[in-house]
Amino acid sequence: MKWNRKDLIAIEPLSREELKTLFQVTAGFKRILARTVKKVPTLRGKTIVNLFLEPSTRTRLAFEMAATRLSADVISLNAAASSFVKGETLRDTAMNIRALNADIIILRHSAAGSAKYLSGILDIPVINAGDGAHEHPTQALLDGFTLREKLGRLEGKKITILGDILFSRVARSNIFSLTKLGAEVTVAGPATLVPKGFESLGVKVVHDLRTALAEADAVMLLRIQHERQSASHFPSTGEYTSIFGLNKLRASWLKPNAIILHPGPINRGVEIDSDLADSEHSVILEQVTNGIATRMAVLYLCSGGSVSGLDSADR
Amino acid sequence: MKEIRIISNGRIIDPKNDRNGVEDLYIKDGKIVGSISTEEEKSAKRTDASDRVVCPGLVDIHVHLRDPGQTHKETIESGSWAAAAGGFTTVVCMPNTSPPADNAGTIQYILDAAQRSAVVNVYPTGCITVDRKGELLAPIGSLKRAGVVAIGDDGDCVQNNEIMRRALEYANMFGLPIMDHCQDMNLTEGGVMNEGEMSLRLGLRGWPSTAEDIIVARNTLLAELTGAHIHMQHISSAGAVEVLRRAKQRGVGVTAEVTPHHLALTDACIQNYNTNFKMNPPLRTEEDRQALIKGLKDGTLDILATDHAPHTNYEKDREFDYAPFGVVGLETCFSVCQEVLCEEAGMSLPELIGLMTYKPAELLDLPAGTLSEGAQADVIILDPRANWTVEEDTLLGKSKNSPWLGEELTGRIDETIVAGRTVYQNGSIIG
Repeated sequence: MKWNRKDLIAIEPLSREELKTLFQVTAGFKRILARTVKKVPTLRGKTIVNLFLEPSTRTRLAFEMAATRLSADVISLNAAASSFVKGETLRDTAMNIRALNADIIILRHSAAGSAKYLSGILDIPVINAGDGAHEHPTQALLDGFTLREKLGRLEGKKITILGDILFSRVARSNIFSLTKLGAEVTVAGPATLVPKGFESLGVKVVHDLRTALAEADAVMLLRIQHERQSASHFPSTGEYTSIFGLNKLRASWLKPNAIILHPGPINRGVEIDSDLADSEHSVILEQVTNGIATRMAVLYLCSGGSVSGLDSADR
Repeated sequence: MKEIRIISNGRIIDPKNDRNGVEDLYIKDGKIVGSISTEEEKSAKRTDASDRVVCPGLVDIHVHLRDPGQTHKETIESGSWAAAAGGFTTVVCMPNTSPPADNAGTIQYILDAAQRSAVVNVYPTGCITVDRKGELLAPIGSLKRAGVVAIGDDGDCVQNNEIMRRALEYANMFGLPIMDHCQDMNLTEGGVMNEGEMSLRLGLRGWPSTAEDIIVARNTLLAELTGAHIHMQHISSAGAVEVLRRAKQRGVGVTAEVTPHHLALTDACIQNYNTNFKMNPPLRTEEDRQALIKGLKDGTLDILATDHAPHTNYEKDREFDYAPFGVVGLETCFSVCQEVLCEEAGMSLPELIGLMTYKPAELLDLPAGTLSEGAQADVIILDPRANWTVEEDTLLGKSKNSPWLGEELTGRIDETIVAGRTVYQNGSIIG
């Protein structure tokens, strides 16, 4: 069990062993978070900068909370209040943050590949908190962790990702992670947002909701990402809901023990019925909780922490 | 006083005249001559080209010199240096300057600047429509008088079929071909690379090759309707090659070019989001690449052209989405094409040189591309087996956005001669 990466940019290049290392360390931090004293001194004296150039609630808060629990100092910068609006480039912004002696940068950005780009410029760890429609690796890690908690080993498990797959970084990261872990992944939704081409990533493409739901051990719902689409991808939100929205009737097609995940933010009444989001099938809030331990694990490993060292961090 | 040059013992390859053998080449007063007197031979300047190839200077009918208006990227002068370094003695520059070349004044500026500063022959093109907006026809007759050799709206493909039809009819009256960048703008909205497995994997907005095929098909139909000559720029997709093949079988008067980068590279190169692989049209798949090679070999595609598109480092060094489209190509063209077409696809060196000399020249009726007696002595000496490495410091153009940076290539231009005078030799411009 080893971790030799300074950055976490994407799930795609990770090995199954690296994923399992991440889950193992996440589990360790989750145990720590269950105690009365939730803080460890691991990253004391380090400064982590949250460079968020796109809106975020959960991811940013979870990273801030994770950094705080690790005793790091954390500073968050959002796009609207930064020199980005004055035309400063990503490179210059990042070089300035580096010059201010930051130790880790967490980047959220609307352009795919931006985290990879930054990691090539900076010698400090770069953590991708979502780059355009490319990847959102920590989301997939917390999803994978939650799924393993609920379903056990994921080999042979059937997992359906439903919604706007084309523009979703969450979908891509989950496809890479879940297929590496041996799950059978189906992606479902309208043909314009779930093109056949996704089969090349090793998943099944389905446009019939009943088929997509019937055998699933878990369903992961995704929000319609209006901010990335053009008008021509589907007729209306109403039509989307009437054909692909998850409601009580359709949930009855699921296996009795099937679970429902959603990376948030939820649009109640659009991709999921309000009641269903709060039902016993839903693990949506557990995902959020697992998000903290997951980000602690990522920050810890990328700043040089070892799996065996976790015990001493625990002390 | 007469100036005589003898380039001796080189392998002369002059595809237009079916010459391919070791001979001496004679230049007198800037022109190719068949023989010289014994007297003249004594006073001649001799260049030994043993074990090297002597051929007509290369001709590129698709370059962006960025002048006027974007001279931080390239100028007519620096672009001509890049051309000379790549063995090109004649280039045709595109009208997407600032202001655009939609008026005789801008054309005059380009010609003046070329006269003053360029070390190779530069021919301008003009716009099809005012401001390249696709709405009102530019003063095509005045542009012709000012000296353009073709018209085109470059990256802003005319979307309105009626305007394209009228432009063709009108330009044809002046014998001006239309060079079209074939792209349906609705199908490519927001796109930054080819749509396919790679774009899905990378999360980048893709654009389908169909966006090119549709306009190529439209153009073949409009060429048929009007009888005018449309030249399709930088064909990149298998579908477009097939549309062109059928059109040519029907006898429609269309021509097409292909770039070195589309022949050599595919969208798989983008896996690290390197913006030196971002161009328009985008790199396609291996299947498309093979179709382009086949199309060039069977004559469906007529010529090679670089689409030399300089951008500064600071413009290219960005998030992939925000970097401009385009790569430089003049200085690497011969080497890359030799690798793909001769080494990989089995084409002969004379065939390759034909695609880069008299064929593009004839396409636009330019006085270039041959070693015929009486022709202007635009000649290059190259070593097809010499290796060299593409480095920012050694590229002579102002911008360094080459997809081959750091790569070792085979086939080196040693000397470039324009009108009998050496303008480039062993890595340097000769002032």
